[in-house]
Amino acid sequence: MSRRVVVVGAGFHGCSAALRLSNQGYEVTVIDKAYAGRHASGVNAGGVRRLGRHPAEIPLAIAAWERWQNMTSIVGDDCGFRPVGQIKVAESDNDMAILTERERQVHNLGFHHEKLINRDELRKRLPALAGHCPGGLACDGDGFANPYRTVTAWRREAERQGACFREGIEITGIEPKGNGWRLSGGEEHFDADLLVNCAGAWAGELCKWLGEPVPLTAEAPMLMITERLSPFLGTVVGATSRPLSFKQFENGTVLIGGGVRGVVDTVRHVAETRLDGLSENADTVVSLFPFMKEARIMRTWAGVEAVMQDHIPVIGLSSQHDNVIHAFGFSAHGYQLGPITGEIVADLAMEREPKLPITPFSIQRFQTPCPE
Amino acid sequence: MITHDLVILGTGPAGMAAATMALEHGITPVVIDEQPAAGGQIYRALERTPVRDRQILGEDYWSGESLIKGLKDPQIDYRPATTVWQLTRQREIGLLHDDKAEMICARHIILATGAMERPMPIPGWTLPGVMTAGSGQILLKSAGAVPQAPVVLAGCGPLLLLLATQYLRAGVEIAAILDTTPRDRYRAALKHVPGALRNASTLLKGVGLLRELRRAGVRHIKGVSALRAEGSGQLERVLWKQQGDDNWQTLETPTLLLHQGVIPNTQITRAVDCHHEWDEQQLAWKPRLDEWLGTDIPGIAVAGDGGGIVGAKAAGMQGQLAGLGAALALGKLTLENSTQRAQPIRKALARDTAIRPFLDVLYRPAKQWRLPDDDTLACRCEEVTGGEVRRMAEMGCRGPNQTKSFTRCGMGPCQGRMCGITVSELLADANQQSVEETGYYRLRPPFKPITLGQLAKAAEEG
Repeated sequence: MSRRVVVVGAGFHGCSAALRLSNQGYEVTVIDKAYAGRHASGVNAGGVRRLGRHPAEIPLAIAAWERWQNMTSIVGDDCGFRPVGQIKVAESDNDMAILTERERQVHNLGFHHEKLINRDELRKRLPALAGHCPGGLACDGDGFANPYRTVTAWRREAERQGACFREGIEITGIEPKGNGWRLSGGEEHFDADLLVNCAGAWAGELCKWLGEPVPLTAEAPMLMITERLSPFLGTVVGATSRPLSFKQFENGTVLIGGGVRGVVDTVRHVAETRLDGLSENADTVVSLFPFMKEARIMRTWAGVEAVMQDHIPVIGLSSQHDNVIHAFGFSAHGYQLGPITGEIVADLAMEREPKLPITPFSIQRFQTPCPE
Repeated sequence: MITHDLVILGTGPAGMAAATMALEHGITPVVIDEQPAAGGQIYRALERTPVRDRQILGEDYWSGESLIKGLKDPQIDYRPATTVWQLTRQREIGLLHDDKAEMICARHIILATGAMERPMPIPGWTLPGVMTAGSGQILLKSAGAVPQAPVVLAGCGPLLLLLATQYLRAGVEIAAILDTTPRDRYRAALKHVPGALRNASTLLKGVGLLRELRRAGVRHIKGVSALRAEGSGQLERVLWKQQGDDNWQTLETPTLLLHQGVIPNTQITRAVDCHHEWDEQQLAWKPRLDEWLGTDIPGIAVAGDGGGIVGAKAAGMQGQLAGLGAALALGKLTLENSTQRAQPIRKALARDTAIRPFLDVLYRPAKQWRLPDDDTLACRCEEVTGGEVRRMAEMGCRGPNQTKSFTRCGMGPCQGRMCGITVSELLADANQQSVEETGYYRLRPPFKPITLGQLAKAAEEG
């Protein structure tokens, strides 16, 4: 019976795993090289989105969405979740065709959360939007939340359930010990019967040590935020064929992001913004919301995120060791899935069949030799 | 993107001296300054000030004329009214001038961005009618304007006394100077007097200011230990306590000028993530610098108060050193030549800064002037109180980046410039850890707000 668990990485997924494993009576230690929520988990755009998910992720996103509805009962804080809806806007007829096809595809899979809306409906929902947009794809009930507050709430709940968080410790080595593992970090050693890899952009390193390398790159999605503006936007807005995520918070500030990439400084473990990407993003915003031209940007930043080659995460048992569970590589859209990661990890730890379909996320998908 | 040999940010004494020194060694620098006129804060608006009676602002102010003349050499590419909104570790600089954003690149950069006033978050410090002594002085220099009299000046430090005498000479009625220097400080500072005597002229100037104020009969209240500003919607009165007396004393006044010394403006060095250390003597953050004033980022140096408070004269000398450092880095001088050339400057610098230990001890701001109480604002932009920051510490926030998400502290238009040091110290105090461990805001570009339209245009120019 494996009782001692070490979770590497105190991002949202690590905290989620720690909470659910502690619930089940495991003795959990979470180790982070910086502090909980330092990178992608704490500084992302905060989108809580089922809209536009990869088909394999839809069941997970729907399950996670149910947890978002009940956030307060899970961690004692609503994590700033506001179900204001999300809309992916079409900027051309070609975009509209893409969205129409998408709606059909999702319906065929048996899901009905994404709905096509026409020009009039779009205008009604987004009066500030430029006139040329012919429609959009809406997902009511989606919205946004506060990322760092979320990580903190989950971490604190995990601590209340008995998990121990060790921050500022970088894991520098890992070796088998008995039926488990011995991890070294700083001057210390950590023994575990079970290892959970939630190390985000640094998870690839761990996989290498475990003998199952993965095609993971560290990327730096950039964000910028404006000064406070009068309320003009309730819903979270995305674009169809350009990177954009656009939302106005209750305090009036507008957050702009959606995937333009900065640079990851691998030596200093930080992300830096790049002007060209930000300009491109600014250009998208100004063309969709012309009045935003005069809005002043207060801050730009980037977070370090793990992106897999196929843009879906690795969730599941190791292919090499029966005492390692992976949950990483959420490819810049993992925030919404955080609440269910822990449940899946706990199922796997207890050798139960997970309630959600996770086969597409197996690490084995990278080990089938594919003809070049 | 155009690459220049040397870009200097700021036209205070450090920036101007650096430019002249660089030019002397065959480098034609680009000098960027946010203000429309050269001079930094110390020589602010020197060329255009309406205060023509030279006696009012004093000889030290007008001594900036020769530096400004040097800056106006046609070979120097001086760009006033230009905002720097971004700097990367690769030495790319984002500029904004006349609504136009552009990026330039530099082989070497000297940051001469100077000092800012230490915030003094007493109860009522955000009331209209309460301002800093520095902003009072800016009004005087650039517009010849004086605030509504009678004025009360409160705090400590050379600038406070200088402003008081300047007001005196300009005929502004001073109701009182409320001096917050703790009484035992004079004794503690005494042992630094012999050292300070190496820079006797500055010491004597200070004595001269005090004498001028005394002769004029300005009410100088010493040992002030508590202070509050009150009024409904506008400052009406100032209340204070003196050491050893538990009663509040009151003075009606429309204007209160606060000052608790100056600290390095580290906004840009922070944003590029230079290594910083906490200076316990000066109670401020400063970037770690090498002998040529280089930071730990290749090709980025800091001269003047931005690297630790040294004062205007020493800032100019540091500017010269940084100029030599640039010439060395750009291969215009050999190490031997630059070392030789630097030697007399270093000597003069050591002599000039010999007064710092004395001033740092004498005017070291006491805790009650640095840490706001629970009901007083720490972050003015987002209206976050000292109490809220302390509660964040109780919740487990160890550093200022963690409090941002909960309180928006430091996320307003000033980008944390005003509250940064206060929040670091508050969290350190509440968590019983050192300021060094507590850390500082991670600063993000733009340093100064830029509009989406300007940014979108920058891509086209790219």
